[in-house]
Amino acid sequence: MKTWETVIGLEIHAQLSTQSKIFSGSATAYGAPPNAQADLVDLGYPGVLPVLNAVAVQMAVKFGLAIDARIARHSVFARKNYFYPDLPKGYQISQYELPVVGEGAIDIVLDDGAVKRIGVTRAHLEEDAGKSLHEGLPGVSGIDLNRAGTPLIEIVSQPDMRSAKEAVAYMKKVHTLVRYLEICDGNMQEGSFRCDANVSVREKGADKLGTRAEIKNLNSFRFVEKAINFEVARQIDLIESGGKVVQETRLYDPDKGETRSMRSKEEANDYRYFPDPDLLPLELTEEFISGIRASLPELPDAKAARFCSQYGLSSYDAGVLTASRELAAYYEEVAKLIQGESKLAANWVMGELAAALNKDGLEIADGKMSSARLAGLLKRISDKTISGKIAKEVFEAMWAEGSEADAVIESKGLRQITDTSAIERAIDEVMAKNPGQLAEYRAGKDKLFGFFVGQAMKATQGKANPAQLNELLKKKLAG
Amino acid sequence: MAQLSEGLRRKEFSSVELTSRLLERIEASQPKLNALISITREEALQSAQAADRALASGNATQLTGVPIVHKDIFCTQGIKTTCGSRMLENFVAPYDATVVAKLKSAGVVMLGKANMDEFAMGSSNENSYFGPVQNPWKTGSVPGGSSGGSAAVVAARLAPAATATDTGGSIRQPAALCGVTGLKPTYGRVSRYGMIAFASSLDQGGVIAATAEDAALVLRAIAGFDPKDSTSVERDVPDYVSSLNAPLAGLKIGLLKEFFDKGLDAEVERRIRDALTVYEKLGASLREVSLPNLPLSVPAYYVVAPAECSSNLARFDGVRFGHRCENPRDLMDLYKRSRGEGFGAEVKRRIMTGTYVLSAGYYDAYYLKAQKVRRLIADDFARAFSEVDVLMGPTTPTPAFQIGAKVSDPVTMYLNDIYTIGANLAGVPAMSLPCGFVDGLPVGLQIVAPQFGEARMLNVAHLYQRETDWHSRVPEAYA
Repeated sequence: MKTWETVIGLEIHAQLSTQSKIFSGSATAYGAPPNAQADLVDLGYPGVLPVLNAVAVQMAVKFGLAIDARIARHSVFARKNYFYPDLPKGYQISQYELPVVGEGAIDIVLDDGAVKRIGVTRAHLEEDAGKSLHEGLPGVSGIDLNRAGTPLIEIVSQPDMRSAKEAVAYMKKVHTLVRYLEICDGNMQEGSFRCDANVSVREKGADKLGTRAEIKNLNSFRFVEKAINFEVARQIDLIESGGKVVQETRLYDPDKGETRSMRSKEEANDYRYFPDPDLLPLELTEEFISGIRASLPELPDAKAARFCSQYGLSSYDAGVLTASRELAAYYEEVAKLIQGESKLAANWVMGELAAALNKDGLEIADGKMSSARLAGLLKRISDKTISGKIAKEVFEAMWAEGSEADAVIESKGLRQITDTSAIERAIDEVMAKNPGQLAEYRAGKDKLFGFFVGQAMKATQGKANPAQLNELLKKKLAG
Repeated sequence: MAQLSEGLRRKEFSSVELTSRLLERIEASQPKLNALISITREEALQSAQAADRALASGNATQLTGVPIVHKDIFCTQGIKTTCGSRMLENFVAPYDATVVAKLKSAGVVMLGKANMDEFAMGSSNENSYFGPVQNPWKTGSVPGGSSGGSAAVVAARLAPAATATDTGGSIRQPAALCGVTGLKPTYGRVSRYGMIAFASSLDQGGVIAATAEDAALVLRAIAGFDPKDSTSVERDVPDYVSSLNAPLAGLKIGLLKEFFDKGLDAEVERRIRDALTVYEKLGASLREVSLPNLPLSVPAYYVVAPAECSSNLARFDGVRFGHRCENPRDLMDLYKRSRGEGFGAEVKRRIMTGTYVLSAGYYDAYYLKAQKVRRLIADDFARAFSEVDVLMGPTTPTPAFQIGAKVSDPVTMYLNDIYTIGANLAGVPAMSLPCGFVDGLPVGLQIVAPQFGEARMLNVAHLYQRETDWHSRVPEAYA
């Protein structure tokens, strides 16, 4: 039995969130009526010319600096020639031999906590194509050119990933990064962030790469994982049954969970790349680049490291909390409002709050629970006004009513009981009501301690300070 | 043109009168010359009326009310723009080219659209879908191309000037063969926006007029940076008119050794030598210079131009505008038949050549090598201009040839371009001005200047025209 190694490289397409297109003045907003956002340049009319959008260049450079890549002072736009109805000019303007962003790297965290460095070969600027529409148009195809000319960066990785999981971790990391940099909205359903996966297998230990298949247009993390796993299994089956993998482009069918051949290498287009004579080479000055460098936000890895040291968080927690800029900012606000309870804050942000947001399909940024309100609740845990358990009840009420923690605690009378005599009264009551259990406990059945805790808590409607209750109960039960 | 402008402002005649008169001349000439593809009578009279109002109210520029003809390669809003092709037989441009818009806003009256070789590919105007143009000097002779219609219009005094474009000589060669003055500016001096692209890195809009003075008037109106054309150059536009009479004493004229080589008609050479004597009398000195790489310009041009054309013309696919075949069976059929029917033989020949030289495995040998040659030629010109102020030689090796004489031999036709394409490859400005006749057919003197040397070049041309009257000769039938 041979063992196989999977080799994966990703080409991620991230739509840049510019207001207008990369070579025309049309808007880029998603969801407009077909062709409402396509001007003469996007339609490829005779005589029109492209003019480069400077913001798209800034964004690409931002990405390059964030992955510590070499930024090309001189890069060139090239035409990629092929015929397709949603490609109005008959060529796509892209970058070929001289991309704006050169080699860089991105670190991912593996399941065992180890960090793996994934090489990025290049990232280049290009324009998106339009869309061909077939649904609801019997016998004909519709063309929507709203997306034509939307700026993209294509981020090409080295074939450094060895499993679908690593590929997803890498893609997620890039996703986090582009949103941190505010250069892409990351919306995968709308196609703003998608990838092609190059997948091959080889015998473990082999030097040479196996023949690869390219799976096109994967627009969810789940599809990336499933498509790669399917493809790896298909290739291994094929080789083990005496077949050969052929170099081809494949499509993933999410309904059937399989990839199928789209076109073979022989049918592949000869794109006849050449420098676009309508655009001058892109020349970037040192000042331009250093200006962008100065504007970079704190990046996810640096922020996570700071969270570990500043707030004493585990690297796992820091990783979760820095997954988005909004989440990290929110956490920091909460942590600052309740000094010294940063772990408590982390647990609540990642626990109750995340669950509630998830349940209602909301984002932190939607503002349903302000950092001040959550901090108000955590303060009451911290100063022992309420227990952690009661706090969950308070949180639910706050979530439902939009109220402040103190108001809920007052109106529901949930203030924790810390008065020793009151707790003792409750314990006495419970002991009196349960003589049998008391006798058994005193005869050595220690397990029953929990029973008494529960009963006494119940008698105080859960409001007794748990630590105090434990201590007093132990004393009383001992007699 | 300068005289007409004077007449209009002195109210010797109105723009409507002038326009009507020229429209009549055009209409009368059409059966013989076929110089125009569209005659825009109504629009012309409307803008003439507007011009007359402007002239009356004192809101006029020097060009207000002066009529012009546009080469049918320039997009004109609401008016058919065919580019001499069946592909665009019914294409109504939804916008004005920058050149058109600038002249319009200066108050110029458009009389119609000039005939041309299809997509500006040709040097005899025999490649027009709308039939060949006749040389006004001799029926049965070609007017040159691709701006053959523009040159014939001016030669027959159907308009004082016409816009034109020059990719490899398409302004200068027809100007020479029709005995008029043609100016190709520095690449980037005039916006290419709205000028239907043939070879983007070589195409340059310019003007054909009766005199250098008129050419200066039009150039002053159309030159300048255009934010819609990234290859247009941000550089002040000098007043080409005010410097026309600067003295020529001390002018250093370089005679291109390669231009006086075998292949040059002896009679043509005599006319050129005569013209040079005039310059010597004006105080200029002559010396021979060599552009050793110039012989490579024909092969280099016939790689670069078709390569760019094969990509530029991909947008004519029958999908969004232009010719579409009847009842396409499927997408491939739509592409093949629409393009097969829409393009003529010469256009197809260049698309195929261009596709070939860009394809995988041939790119380095052809396109890259041609670009290197191009740099060598540009260096040759730069070196020559470090020694002399302008270069002079013939525009064409022979006077106009017979219609049909070279149709079956495209290579000979290509070889004639050696006199003109060097200036396109190097991006330098060049002119042709009438300097005599051979057997009743005009001969053109070519002047080439350094980049952005239009003012000096026009000055050099104008002073020759002050000494000679070749430019005021009009074919008998149109006198």
